[in-house]
Amino acid sequence: MAGDMKYKKVAYYPGCALEGSGHAYNRSTKAVGKELGLDLVEIKNWNCCGAMEVKNIDPKIQTYLSARNLSITEEMGFDTVMAPCNGCYHNLKKAEYDLGHDETSKEVNQRLSSKAGHKTYEAGKVETIHALDWIKKSIGEEGIRERVKNSLQGIKVANYYGCMYTRPRHIFPEKDQGADSESTSKPHYMDDILAAAGAENVDFPLKTACCGGAHTLSDSDTSTKLVLNILTAAEACGADVVATECPTCHTGLEMHQIRAEKVLGRKTNIKILYFTQLLGMALGLSAKKVGVHENFSDPRSLLKEKGLG
Amino acid sequence: MPIHEKSLIRPEKLIEHEELVIEGVDVSGHWSTFIEGRSVADYNENLQDEIAALPGGEYIHRCWQCGSCTNSCTVNAINADFNPRYWIYLIRTGMEEELLRDKDIIWQCVSCNKCTYACPRDVVPEGVMKATSHWLELKGHTPKSPSTIFDEAFSEQVISRGKIEDGLVLRNFFKRTGQPLNQPWLIAMVGGLIKRFPVFYLMKLGFATVFRPKTKGWNRARDAINEYAEEREAANRKALGLGSKGAK
Ligand code: SF4
Ligand code: SF4
Repeated sequence: MAGDMKYKKVAYYPGCALEGSGHAYNRSTKAVGKELGLDLVEIKNWNCCGAMEVKNIDPKIQTYLSARNLSITEEMGFDTVMAPCNGCYHNLKKAEYDLGHDETSKEVNQRLSSKAGHKTYEAGKVETIHALDWIKKSIGEEGIRERVKNSLQGIKVANYYGCMYTRPRHIFPEKDQGADSESTSKPHYMDDILAAAGAENVDFPLKTACCGGAHTLSDSDTSTKLVLNILTAAEACGADVVATECPTCHTGLEMHQIRAEKVLGRKTNIKILYFTQLLGMALGLSAKKVGVHENFSDPRSLLKEKGLG
Repeated sequence: MPIHEKSLIRPEKLIEHEELVIEGVDVSGHWSTFIEGRSVADYNENLQDEIAALPGGEYIHRCWQCGSCTNSCTVNAINADFNPRYWIYLIRTGMEEELLRDKDIIWQCVSCNKCTYACPRDVVPEGVMKATSHWLELKGHTPKSPSTIFDEAFSEQVISRGKIEDGLVLRNFFKRTGQPLNQPWLIAMVGGLIKRFPVFYLMKLGFATVFRPKTKGWNRARDAINEYAEEREAANRKALGLGSKGAK
C-alpha cells in the first residue's frame, strides 16, 4: 500500500486553526509534503468547518459548512481532500456520513447550497483523509525509512490522537477494518510513521483521552485537569515528547501545561511537537523550517541534545 | 415508593435522632437512620419529548440504562456528580425537579464522545447533554453558560465572515464573560513567545488585527444560513411551548 499514487496530489483544507494558533502545523505539513514530493492544492475560498461550536447552534448548519468545502473540492476536480486538523477532518467525515444517511441533512444542504449559489455536494464524491493517512498511505513506513537523513533515535514519544480522530466510530467506516487500517480504540498511524523515522514510541494509555479542547476557554479548570493528566501520564511512561496531530489538541496541551503550572503549581517538563515537525526534522529539514520556535513548550534544547535542530 | 436511585436520597431526607431510646433500647445516631417518605407529584410528562425535540436529543428514548456512558465519561472521572445515565433516567421519567438540582454542571460536557463510542443503543449521550443544556437555558432555568457564550461568539464570526480568527474569538469571549485579558497564565504563555517571535505573537493573539480573514463570495451563504438559523430557533422555542424570542 505504500506509494499509493492516489494520494500523491490531493486537495488541501488547512482550516482556520492552521492560519492562526496552528501555524507551525501548517508550515511543517507543507514542508514535509514538499520534501516527500507530495502535492497539496489548497481549496479555493474555503470556509470554517464550524469546529466544535456551530453544531451547538444547529448541527445541520455545521453539516452545510463542510458540504460547501466538499463541493468546491469536487468542482476543482479532486476526489480526495486532506485535512491535518482533527476538527476539520472530523467535520468533513461527519458531513459525508450525514449526507449519505440522513434525509433532513440532505434537504438542508440542498436548500442552503442553492441559496448560496453553488453546486450541492452529494455523498460519495470526495474522500476525506487526515494528514496521517496521507503520509502513511502515499509514502508508507518503508518509504520513510529510505528517506530518513536524521534519525529520531533516542527520542521517546507518546503519541496523542485525541477525540475527534476516532470518535464517534460510525463516521469512520474505513477504520477497524483489519491490520492495515487505523484502529479507533488503539490508533497507530502516527506511531507507525514516527517509528519509521527512528523514534521510540512509549506504551501510552491515554492516546485517545480528551484534552477538554471544546471548553479550553469556557471551562479552563476542567481542561487544565484533563491536560495535566495526559502530560503526567506521558512523563510517567518515560516520554520526552508528546506528538500531536491536531492544532486544537496541540494548543490545548501547550496552553494548559503553562496554566497548570501557574494555577495549580504543577509543572511538567515534557515537550509538545506536531508529528510533522518530528518527521520533517528526520527528513533533514531544519528545526526553523518546521517552526519549532513557535511551540510554547520550547523544545529547542531537547532537540539539540538529541542531535536535531 | 421503591428506591431506584441511591443518589435520590438527599441529605435533607435523612433523619437521625441524636438521642433516641425505644422500649429501653438505645437507637441513637446511626442506629435510627430513617428516610423521610417522598412522593413525586410534579412529574413533567413532556420532559422527554421536549429534550427529544432539540438537536442532539433525538435518540434519548433508546436508552436502556446500562451506564456505559457514565462509566466512560471524561467529566465524570473528575466530578462524580456529572452523570449522563442518571440525567437520561430523570428526563425519561419526567423528574424535572431532580434534574434541576444538577442544572449548573450539565453544560460542562466536553463533547469527547466517549459515551457515544461506548453506548450500545446509539443514544448519542453527547447530543443529549447538549440538548439538555440548551433546554435549561431556553426555559430560563440557567443563564447562558460560558460554553454557550463561546459557541455564539464563535458561530457569529463563522456565519458572518466564513472564517474565524482565533485571537478575535478569544477577545470577544473574554469581553462577553467579563474576564480581563491579562490573566497571569495567558501572559506567561505569550510572554515566552514574545521573546522569540514578537511579530507573530501580535498577529496570533490579534492585538494588532490588521487583517481579518474572510471567505470570498460568502455573503449569499451567510444570508442563507442566517435565515435557516432563525427558523430553527423559532421551531425550538415552539417545541418547548415558548413564545417568540422578543416576547419574553
Ligand atoms: S450508554 Fe447508552 S444505553 Fe447505556 S445508559 Fe448511557 S445512553 Fe443509556
Ligand atoms: S461527550 Fe460529554 S457526556 Fe459524553 S463522555 Fe464526553 S464529557 Fe461525558
